[in-house]
Amino acid sequence: MTAAPVEATALRKSFRDKDLGEITAIDGLSLSVRQGELTALVGPDGAGKTTLMRMFAGLLKPDQGSLHVLGIDVARDPQQVQDRISYMPQRFGLYEDLSVQENLDLYADLHGVPQDQRRDRFARMLEMTDMARFTARPAGKLSGGMKQKLGLACTLVRSPDLLLLDEPSVGVDPLSRRDLWKIVLQLVDDEGLSVIVSTSYMDEAERCAQVHVMHRGRLLATGTPAELREKARGLTFVATPIAGMPARDLQARLIDVPDLVIDAVPQGGNVRFIRRPEADAARLAGLLDGASSASRPEELEDSFMILLREQDQGASPVATDMPPSGAADNGQPVIVVRDLVRKFGDFTAVASTSFQVGRGEIFGLLGPNGAGKTTTFRMLCGLLPATSGQLEVAGRNLRVARAQARARIGYVAQKFALYGNLSVRQNLEFFGGAYGLGGRLLRDRIAQTVRQFDLDPAAQSGLLPAGYKQRLAMATGLLHRPEILFLDEPTSGIDPLARRAFWRRITSLAKGGVTIIVTTHFMEEAEYCDRIAIQDAGEMLAIGTPQQVRELAGDAGARDMNSAFIAIVETARARREAA
Amino acid sequence: MSGARTRLIALTRKEVRQMLRDRSNLIVGLALPVVLILLFGYGLSFDVTDARIAVVMEDSSAATMNAVAGLAGSDYLSPIWTHSMPEAEALIRAGQADAILRVPAEFTRDLLHGQGHLQLILNGVDSNTAQSIESYATGAIQTALAHISDRQGGPAASASVAIVQRTWFNEAGNSTWFLVPGLIVLVMTLIGAFLTSLLIAREWERGTLESLFVTPARPIEMVLAKLAPYLVIGVIDLTMCLIAAKFVFGVPIRGSLWIIILSSLLYLLVSLALGLVISGVTRNQFAASQMALLASFMPALMLSGFVFDLRNVPVAMQVISNLLPATHFMGLIKTLFMAGDYWPQILRANLTLAAYAVVLVVIATRTLAKKLD
Repeated sequence: MTAAPVEATALRKSFRDKDLGEITAIDGLSLSVRQGELTALVGPDGAGKTTLMRMFAGLLKPDQGSLHVLGIDVARDPQQVQDRISYMPQRFGLYEDLSVQENLDLYADLHGVPQDQRRDRFARMLEMTDMARFTARPAGKLSGGMKQKLGLACTLVRSPDLLLLDEPSVGVDPLSRRDLWKIVLQLVDDEGLSVIVSTSYMDEAERCAQVHVMHRGRLLATGTPAELREKARGLTFVATPIAGMPARDLQARLIDVPDLVIDAVPQGGNVRFIRRPEADAARLAGLLDGASSASRPEELEDSFMILLREQDQGASPVATDMPPSGAADNGQPVIVVRDLVRKFGDFTAVASTSFQVGRGEIFGLLGPNGAGKTTTFRMLCGLLPATSGQLEVAGRNLRVARAQARARIGYVAQKFALYGNLSVRQNLEFFGGAYGLGGRLLRDRIAQTVRQFDLDPAAQSGLLPAGYKQRLAMATGLLHRPEILFLDEPTSGIDPLARRAFWRRITSLAKGGVTIIVTTHFMEEAEYCDRIAIQDAGEMLAIGTPQQVRELAGDAGARDMNSAFIAIVETARARREAA
Repeated sequence: MSGARTRLIALTRKEVRQMLRDRSNLIVGLALPVVLILLFGYGLSFDVTDARIAVVMEDSSAATMNAVAGLAGSDYLSPIWTHSMPEAEALIRAGQADAILRVPAEFTRDLLHGQGHLQLILNGVDSNTAQSIESYATGAIQTALAHISDRQGGPAASASVAIVQRTWFNEAGNSTWFLVPGLIVLVMTLIGAFLTSLLIAREWERGTLESLFVTPARPIEMVLAKLAPYLVIGVIDLTMCLIAAKFVFGVPIRGSLWIIILSSLLYLLVSLALGLVISGVTRNQFAASQMALLASFMPALMLSGFVFDLRNVPVAMQVISNLLPATHFMGLIKTLFMAGDYWPQILRANLTLAAYAVVLVVIATRTLAKKLD
C-alpha cells in the first residue's frame, strides 16, 4: 500500500491573541496514523485536537515540523490533499436554506462524484442516516442530531482516502451519537476507510484501533485501548455505600482526598473509584468507613483520568463550603408542576407534564435533542409562559407572580451569558446589582463568592478558560442566595477534571439546601442526581431515582445510564409509531 | 476541465438558491432600486418652483405694472404684493417669502432715461434657492422689459436688455436630467456592495466555509459563483433604471445604448467585487454591511460628483474622489446620457473600471484562500 495516511513529526503551532499574547496550541507533537484503521484523538477541551485536525486538512499551516498526509506535504500542497480527503468540522457547515437533497448534491458536485455512482451512494447515505423521508426539508429545520448526521452524509458523498471527523458527537444526544458511530464503523468495515476521529467520549475511543491521548498540545500516551487500559490495572474499584447513604455523599468523601483517590464517580447507587498506587491501605479503609469495596475491570476512562491527573496536580476538586439556601425547610416541595403544556402553533413542545421537586434535591432533566427539555426549563424559570397547566416555583404561582418567583431562583444559561469584556468583579457587581444587592452586602457577597469559587476578580471574563467561565456563571447565579438553581447543560464543553469539580460544588450546594435543576447530555452525570426525568417529543417517559430509571429500562439499564436512556427512548418511540 | 465546470455550476446553483430563498436580500436587490428611482426622480430636485417673492410696489404706474407682470406668469415664482418695505421684511423674517423685489418710487421716471433700477433682496440662508430665484426673477423682468422696449422703441429699451442667458445640454436646467443618470451609479453601487457584502461573511459566521474549503472547490470558483447571480439582479435593475430614465423622466439618451449598458455592467462588476472584498475581510455580516454603506454607497452619493461638482471641492477631496470607481463611472454616464459618445472618456473610464474589477476580484479570491488562520 502507499504512504501512511498521516505522518507528523515535531509539529508546532501557535496563535497570536491580542489579549493573551502567544498561545501554543500544538507543542512539538509527533504521531503516525495507520492505513485502514479507526484512530482516535482524545483529550480534554483545549488539548489542541481541532487545531491538529485543521492542520491535517490543510487549513492551518504548521509553524514548525513536518506533516505529510497521504504522502503529500500538506503545507506545500493543501489542495492536493483536500482533493482526496473528507473532513467534517466540529460545526459542519450545512447550508441551512438549502434542502437535505440540495446539500448532498452540492457536495457531490464539488467532489466530482459521477452521476451513476451518486444514486447508490445517496440511497445508502439516506438509508444509513434514516433521512430518506426528509430530503425536501431545509437543513435549517432539522434537529441538532439530524443536522450532524446530514453533515456526515455530505462529508461521505464519496469514499475518501482519509476521513477526518472533528468531535462529531459533541452536543449530540446518545441516540444520534449511536447512529453516527454505526455509519462510521460500517464504512470502515465495508470500504477499509482510514478514519481519524477526535472525541472527548471514552466509550467512543474504546471502539478505535489506535488511541492518541492529547493534553495541552502534547501527546500523553498512544496505544490500542487495551494497551492504554493497562495503566489503570489493579487500581480500579467500586464501593457500595452503607445502607441509607446516598452514593454521591460517599463519592464526595472519596474525591476530597486526592492523595489516596485519583478519581471517584457515582454509578448505579455505587461509587466507582481509582486509588493511587501508593495509597495507604489502612487510610483508604478508614476513608471508606464501612462501605464495602470490590475491584472492577479497568476501563479506558480510568487510564485517561490517571493521565490527566498526573498533568494537573492542582486541579483536584476541593470541598468548598457552598453558600446555604436562603429559605428554611418547611417540608413543602419547591417546584410543583401539574399538567404543564406548551404549544408553539400546532406543535406541542411539552405535553401534559407533571412532577414535583423537593428542597435540596438535585433534579436532572434528560432527553434527546428537541425533546422539550429547554422549553420545560424555560417555563420553570419563568422565561416562557405555559400554554396551560399549573406551575409553582418556590411557593409562587408562576402564572401570576413571575417576578417574585424569579427573585428566588438563579439561572445559569447554556452559553456563557456574561459580559466577556468586563472583569470577573465587574460582572459580579453588575449581576448582584441586577438582583437588588448593593453596598456592603454586595461587597461581602462578592468577596465570599470569589473565595468559594477560587476566582481572580481582576481577570477579564471573556478570556477565562471554559471551566472557569462556567464557574463564574455559576457564582453569578448564586450571588443572591437563590433557593433554586437552574443549570442548562452546564458541563458541555468543559473537560472531565473541571466537570468533577463542578459536580463537587453542586453536591455541596444541595447539602446546604439549595434545590438544583439541571439538564445534561452526559448520561453518566445523571448519577449525581437524586431524581431524573427523561423526556422525548414533549412527553415525560420516565421519572425517578437513577436506580429506578435503570430498572425501568430492564437489561439495558443494568449496563449504564447511557444504555438505559437509549432503551427507554426507543421503546417509547416504537410504541408511538405503533399507535 | 470538466471538474471545474461541474463545481462552478454547483456553486452557482447554490448561490442562486440561497439568493432566491433569502427574501430580505431580494427585496433590497429588486424593490429598493425602484424606491430609489422614484425617490430621486420625483422627490429630489434642485429646481425651485413657486418661490415666494414679496414685491414692494412703491411706484404703481402702468410701466411698472408691465415690468413686474412677468413675475406672476412664471411657474417658478409666486409674487406676494405688498406696499411697504417693512411689510416685506416682516414676511421674509417669518419665512413666508424667499426674496423681496423693491420697485422704487422713481422707477418709471428713471426707466424713461434708460436708468431703471430695481432692488432684489435674496434670503441667502439657502444659497442654491437664492441663486435660482435670482435668475428666475431677472429673467422674468428682462423678458417683460424687452417686450416694453419692443413696443416703445427708443434708447431706454436697448439699455434695459443686457443679459442673454443660454444653457447647453440641459436646456431646461432640469435637475432630473442631471440626477437620473447618476441614479444608475447609486443603484449599481448599492446592489453590488451591499448585497455581496453579506455573502462571504455569512459563510464565515455559519461555519460553512470550513466545510467548503476542504472540497476540491477553488477560491476563484467560489468568487465567480457568488458574482454571477447578483450580476443578473444588477442587469434587471439597470434595465429598470434605463426604462425609467427614458419613459418616466424623459431624460435624453444621446450616447449609444450599448456603451451605456456595457459600461454599467463593468461598474456593476467592480462594486460586486468590492462587496465581496469587504465581506471577506470583515468576516462578519453586521460589520460588512456597515462598511459597505460607508465605503461604497456614501462616497458614491457624496463624492462622486452625483450632487456636488467636483471642480468646486478642495484638492484633497478631488484626489479622494478620483480614487473612487464611482467617480469615473459618474462622469462617463452623465456624458453618455447628456452629450453623447465621447470616445477618449469612454476608453479611459472603462479601462480604469476594468483595472478596478481585476484587482478587486483578485483580492476577493485571496480572502477565500483556504486558510483559517
